[in-house]
Amino acid sequence: MSDTVLSVRNISKSFGNIHAVRDVSFDVRKGEVLGLIGPNGSGKSTLFNCVLGQLTPNQGEVMVNGRPVSGMRSNDLNKLGVGRTFQQLSVFPQMTVLDNIILAGQEHHGTMLTRLFGKPDAGLTPEADQMIEFFKLEHLRDEMAGSLSYGQQKLLDAAMAFMAGPSLVLLDEPAGGVNLTMLGHLKERLKTYNESHNTTFVVIEHNMEFVMSLCSRIIVLAEGAIIAEGSPDEIRSNQQVIDAYLGG
Amino acid sequence: MKRNLFLLAGLIALFLLPIGQGNYFILILCSWLMFTIAAMGLNLTLGYAGQISLAQASFIGIGAYVTAIMTLAGIHWILAALASVIVCFVIGILIGFPALRVKGHFLAFVTLAFNQLVVLVARNEDWLTGGSYGKFNMPRPDFGFYHIRTNLDMYYMIVVIFVIFAVLMYGLIRSPWGRAFKALRENPIRAESLGVDTRRITLLAFAVGSASAGLAGAIMSPLVQFIEPNSFALLHSLKILLMVIVGGAGYFFGPMLGAAVVILLPEFLRFTEGYYLIIYSAMVIILMVFSPAGLMGIGEKILTKIRPNQQVRKDMEKGAQL
Ligand SMILES: Nc1ncnc2c1ncn2[C@@H]1O[C@H](COP(=O)(O)OP(=O)(O)OP(=O)(O)O)[C@@H](O)[C@H]1O
Ligand SMILES: [Mg+2]
Repeated sequence: MSDTVLSVRNISKSFGNIHAVRDVSFDVRKGEVLGLIGPNGSGKSTLFNCVLGQLTPNQGEVMVNGRPVSGMRSNDLNKLGVGRTFQQLSVFPQMTVLDNIILAGQEHHGTMLTRLFGKPDAGLTPEADQMIEFFKLEHLRDEMAGSLSYGQQKLLDAAMAFMAGPSLVLLDEPAGGVNLTMLGHLKERLKTYNESHNTTFVVIEHNMEFVMSLCSRIIVLAEGAIIAEGSPDEIRSNQQVIDAYLGG
Repeated sequence: MKRNLFLLAGLIALFLLPIGQGNYFILILCSWLMFTIAAMGLNLTLGYAGQISLAQASFIGIGAYVTAIMTLAGIHWILAALASVIVCFVIGILIGFPALRVKGHFLAFVTLAFNQLVVLVARNEDWLTGGSYGKFNMPRPDFGFYHIRTNLDMYYMIVVIFVIFAVLMYGLIRSPWGRAFKALRENPIRAESLGVDTRRITLLAFAVGSASAGLAGAIMSPLVQFIEPNSFALLHSLKILLMVIVGGAGYFFGPMLGAAVVILLPEFLRFTEGYYLIIYSAMVIILMVFSPAGLMGIGEKILTKIRPNQQVRKDMEKGAQL
């Protein structure tokens, strides 16, 4: 299929004798919003880290736009238009919100030399301000990121993933700790972004309502393996999923 | 605006400082600025980019030897200084490679070993370095319109170099590179996922820091006109580290303050004779316990105390509504 953005083939990863991910394969089509759900410890974050080069899988292959990216460093992957967030908060606490956002975009503008001799903000302040506004963080623009609340940092984290104008974004629990009003806003944002830029998303999330209303397709992971895959409605009525996860 | 006035005042002070002072004190001032340059380099590597290095003195040494060898061979000081900076930049890249693999204590040990290696080479390679006798009688620079002869001449030359250096360093720290250095310090994995080539930035952090020390070395050669291997021993790297920590790592002017404390304070404590080291060490310990962020950290604390409480964060104003 030519419109496959991300292709994951037979990925396995173990830590000692813990098999965190077992032979997982799936494809993500351009413009799709794919949900990845599963109980705690089912290997979701590990899978992300294997796909994005933070971890080296024991086996398997990853392709972005038909190009094998196994072994590629995550900064090069980012240059190919792949953005991500981490499950743990990953902002730069001793830098201002604005600097965090600019950093997220600067490596995609100019060369090493223009980044040394050019404008201090790489000409990104207007764009960064737009992004800050988009995520309703205007009033915190010049605060140190470390002084923001957990939820605010979570939004900043997401905002950073978008600064480089990625074509594929992997979000690890973007909704965790974000309040209800902001949660709706975040969902709105992701949807708008998806529609206007045709950006592809893969989203790990425990908040079922969030996942079910955002995603067009969902993959369920349990003990490192895919146990179900389908539309939100199919997943909701899948007995195996209910037993392993939803039923509790 | 206030900031600019402050800088202008500092600049004027730098020019007035040596007036009416004896030769010895002027020499101390010179070495203060020289060490400030090396410490600002280490501040970039350590304070901004978060990479520990205990080899800064060895880079002053490399710079000093390169300049000594070249100027003694009749090459102009400017070219020699340039060569010193470039050589240290390149070797700085090499010393950065271990940092790609090891962090923290282990990196400290690797850089420490490098410092030792440089001292050994300087001691053993007589043909190049003069061995334990070192190099002496290095000429002071002659700029045609201005021939540097006295320590006072030397001081003004160093002030000019220092100001240019500080401006360049400030530009670097404000540039996207500076942002990438800080990102490396705060969260390298996240930085990499945002497209920052963390390897390259790590190597550059070492290279720029080392090149700064090379510049300091290029100044040292004609300043003291006598260098020998022990001037660049590990102890001196620790001293430069102390300057950065005492001043406040990650604060732009921290090293200037730190170097003042480390270089000037012993002079003022001289009258206590044998007790000076004890008093000195005690003061450093008290400072570190009281303010791990160094002198600049204390300054910041005092400022936030003095300022009226208009600093209530903007989202707190709305806080009550939520
Ligand atoms: N670095 C590591 N070293 C050892 N074991 C690990 C490591 N990372 C993850 N694991 C183990 O791998 C398994 C999967 O962890 P992972 O973080 O991928 O789960 P998850 O699905 O993201 O869970 P959650 O929903 O709680 O975030 C767990 O058993 C975890 O203990
Ligand atoms: Mg997880």
